[in-house]
Parts: sequence; structure tokens; C-alpha cells
Amino acid sequence: MEAQVNSLRPSEPQGGPAQPHNVVRLTEVTKVFKMGNNVVEALKGINLSIRAGEYLSIMGPSGSGKSTLFNMIGALDKPTTGRVFIDEVDVSQLDAYELAWLRCRKIGYIFQTFNLIQVMTAIENVTLPMIFAGMSRDEYMEKGLKNLALVGLADRYDHKPSELSGGQQQRVAIARALANDPAIVLADEPTGNLDLTTGEEIIVLLKKLSTERGVTIISATHDIKMLNVSDRVVWIRDGRIDRLEEREKLRISIGEVA
Amino acid sequence: MAIVVQRQVILPWRQVIRIAFNSLKVRLFRSVITTITLALAIAFVAYTWSGYAMLNSLWPAADPDLQRIVLAKGYEPVGDQFGSSPKDRWLMFLSLLVAVVGIVNAQLMAVTERFREIGTFKCLGALNSFVVRIFVLEAMYQGFFGGLAGGLTGITFSTLSLGAKFGRPIFSNWPPAQMLFILSWACLLAVILSLLGVIYPALVAARMQPAVALRSEQ
Ligand SMILES: Nc1ncnc2c1ncn2[C@@H]1O[C@H](COP(=O)(O)OP(=O)(O)OP(=O)(O)O)[C@@H](O)[C@H]1O
Ligand SMILES: [Mg+2]
Repeated sequence: MEAQVNSLRPSEPQGGPAQPHNVVRLTEVTKVFKMGNNVVEALKGINLSIRAGEYLSIMGPSGSGKSTLFNMIGALDKPTTGRVFIDEVDVSQLDAYELAWLRCRKIGYIFQTFNLIQVMTAIENVTLPMIFAGMSRDEYMEKGLKNLALVGLADRYDHKPSELSGGQQQRVAIARALANDPAIVLADEPTGNLDLTTGEEIIVLLKKLSTERGVTIISATHDIKMLNVSDRVVWIRDGRIDRLEEREKLRISIGEVA
Repeated sequence: MAIVVQRQVILPWRQVIRIAFNSLKVRLFRSVITTITLALAIAFVAYTWSGYAMLNSLWPAADPDLQRIVLAKGYEPVGDQFGSSPKDRWLMFLSLLVAVVGIVNAQLMAVTERFREIGTFKCLGALNSFVVRIFVLEAMYQGFFGGLAGGLTGITFSTLSLGAKFGRPIFSNWPPAQMLFILSWACLLAVILSLLGVIYPALVAARMQPAVALRSEQ
């Protein structure tokens, strides 16, 4: 382990132990998509600090840039300008091996469309990130089954995604996102393709992860129910942060909505 | 502060081979279709080439009557060799062209319809080299089996068709060593063309940002 250690250090001194540090920080992030003569400014200068262990929701109308922001935070795409720091490491400075390590170990991804590997069973999907992490077969099988049990699907381990309901597929995706005990779970409209009750179950599961394991949950969503469990909500509109609300204030503004 | 980012380990070949093999097995229908496309293209090559090999083996042993029949059927030797007249060369070139286009196209399609899967692999921590290796291995399996099946089919059909035209002497003068040589070449050709078809789209896909790969339609 020690031999593989990377020389990258945090670029800023950390605060005292009492203060949770910023697990993600974005400075002046923009993203421009060019398609022929068409230029879309999906993000127009995002500044955002996300604290370790918080449950953060990203709300905003369709096309406001939530998924684009999700991809920036998750190091799944490169910003046009600006910087993304994960644990105060500048993502743009990482090479391919370090990026893969980051995606494998540090971040778990959950998508609206589940994105399970269709030709693999539930257990194969869940254990894939562990195989990439270099675990032995005994280790990853044990942990994979444990993770499936956590999401209530231990008995379905041998089923293909096509043999599971939408809610069950999303549970498998959550079990997979937790494969290597990531510090961050990133979710892009995790309840978007699910009915109300199933969506609620998924939200409860994410909240449980946040409170019991201290995982930082970052979730883009349209789902108002997501607000109840969030510590903070970022509202984005037209590629910019419109407002940022803490939990206490949230109650009031939801009251206004209702 | 503690170390923040480490380097991803490279997956051992054993795991890559297992994943590639499973992927072919599970997608059996799709991979059989690709393999059959490959086999058909190779069958045409093997049919053409083994035909010349049999004629070359038959010619010195044939009596003048049979030689006249062979010439009457439109086969033209240059010197004492079949397969080197301009018409024959054109046929051989054509058979190769069919194989190249057929195989490269089949593999190209097979990769592009899996961009989303590639994006998912990368989100889960796959290195670019893993993605490329998976496709290279799958293409090699398919190339080998497609080449073998196509080679055997082509040789069988050309033997039967020449046998029907010229009778017993074709079978008694059948050249096993040359046929084995053609079969080996057919397999090698199929593997190479299969790799050729897969390598470019696989490299492109492996280098895509995961977000871009995930956006593509399935
Ligand atoms: N790869 C791309 N190429 C071109 N334009 C893009 C691309 N990705 C996003 N956009 C554009 O950027 C803008 C923001 O898109 P994004 O997907 O981030 O919105 P969103 O908030 O996630 O919407 P939704 O709630 O519908 O998922 C949109 O105008 C979209 O058309
Ligand atoms: Mg979106």
C-alpha cells in the first residue's frame, strides 16, 4: 500500500477536526457544449462547497444543468473552465489511473436509468467495482452478498436486471455504488423512473446511508420528497446557482410551496 | 493530511478473460450472428482458394480427357498453375474484399451498440486498457471460431462442387496439407480482420469521457 501512495497532497490546509472538511469543492465551473453552430452553456460559473457527511440535493427545472453538474462533481466529464476539487485534490491534475481509482473507490454513482450491466447478474454487477479494486474472489463475494442484503435483495443475487423491477434494479445499483465504501454517493434523479412508494423507499435508504455511515450524499432531483431528508438544497436555474438553503430555512420555503 | 488519491490497479488477465468469455456467452445470440457474418465472409475466401488448390493437385494426375473437361468448364491455368490468371486474381481479391467489409462492419456495429456499457464500466473504475482488452479478446474468440467454421464450410462446399463436376479424381487427389494450410490462413485472416474491425471503435470508446459514453443511445 505505502509503495503505491501518490504524492498528491491537499492543496489547502484543512480546518480543525471540529469543522467537517469540504469533500467536494467547485470554483467557477463552466461547461459549454458545441454541436455544429449550436453552443449551449450548460453551466455558467458554479461555486459550491460540499461538506463531508451532508445530504445535499440539487434541484432545478429540466435542462437547468443538474446532470451536467453531476458529471462535473463525479469526474465523469471535464469542465470547460474552472476547477473541481475532491478531498481538496484538483481532479484535472489526475492521470487516467488516479481518475479510475477515484471513480472506483471514492465515489459511488447512481443513475436515473440504473445503468446496470445488462448481461450480468445482480451479484456480478455489485462485485464488479470490487474486482476493479483488486479484491480476491472470497472477499468480493462475501461483501457483494452483504451489500445486496443491505438493500433487501439477498435472495435475488442471481437475477439479471431484466428479471428485476425498476425499484429492485435501483437497489442493485445502490448496492453497487457502495461496493468499495465510497465517501461520496452521487445520484442523478435516483427516483426519476420509479413510482411514488418505491421512490420513497430509495430515499429512505439513501438517508440511512448518510446518517449511519456518514456517507456524503449528493443527489440531483425533481422529487419534492427528497427535500425532507436533505441537509441543504442547491437550486439551480439556467446553469447558475439560484439559491442555497440550509435545512432550517427549508421548512419555511416548503411551507410556502405547499 | 493523509494521502488522498492512489493509482488504480491493472486487472489481471485471468479476470479480463473470464469477463470477456461470459459476455460472449450471455450475448450468445448476438455473438453468434457476428460470428456467422464472419464465417460467411471467410467461407467465400476458403471456397475460392481451396478450389484452386484442388485443381492444382488434380491437373498433373489427370488424363488428357479430364484435362480437356477442366478447360471446357472455364478454368484457365497459367503455365501449369490455376489461380493466377487475371480473372482468378480478381476473384481472390473480391473474396478478400467481401471478408474485410463484412467482418469490419460486423465488429464496428457490435462495439457501437455497447457504448453505454463501456461508460458504465468506466464509472465503476475500469481503465481504458480494460475496455480495449475486453473487446480485443471477444473479437479474437469470434475471429477464431468464425474463421474455423467459415474455412471448413468453404472447403467442404468447394470439394463437393468440384467433385460433382469432375468426379472421383478430385477426391483421390485431394491435398490435405494444403487444405490445412488454407484453413489456418482462414482462421488467422478472420482473427486479424476481426481485430481490425474492433480496435478503432474500442479505442475511441475507451477514451471517451464516461459521461459522453453514457449519453449514447443503446
Ligand atoms: N452532451 C451534451 N451535448 C449537448 N448539449 C448538452 C449535453 N448535455 C447537456 N446538454 C444541454 O445542457 C443543458 C443542461 O442539461 P442537463 O442534462 O444538465 O439538464 P438537467 O437539469 O439534468 O435536466 P433534466 O432534469 O431534464 O435531467 C441542456 O440545455 C442540454 O440540452
Ligand atoms: Mg438530468
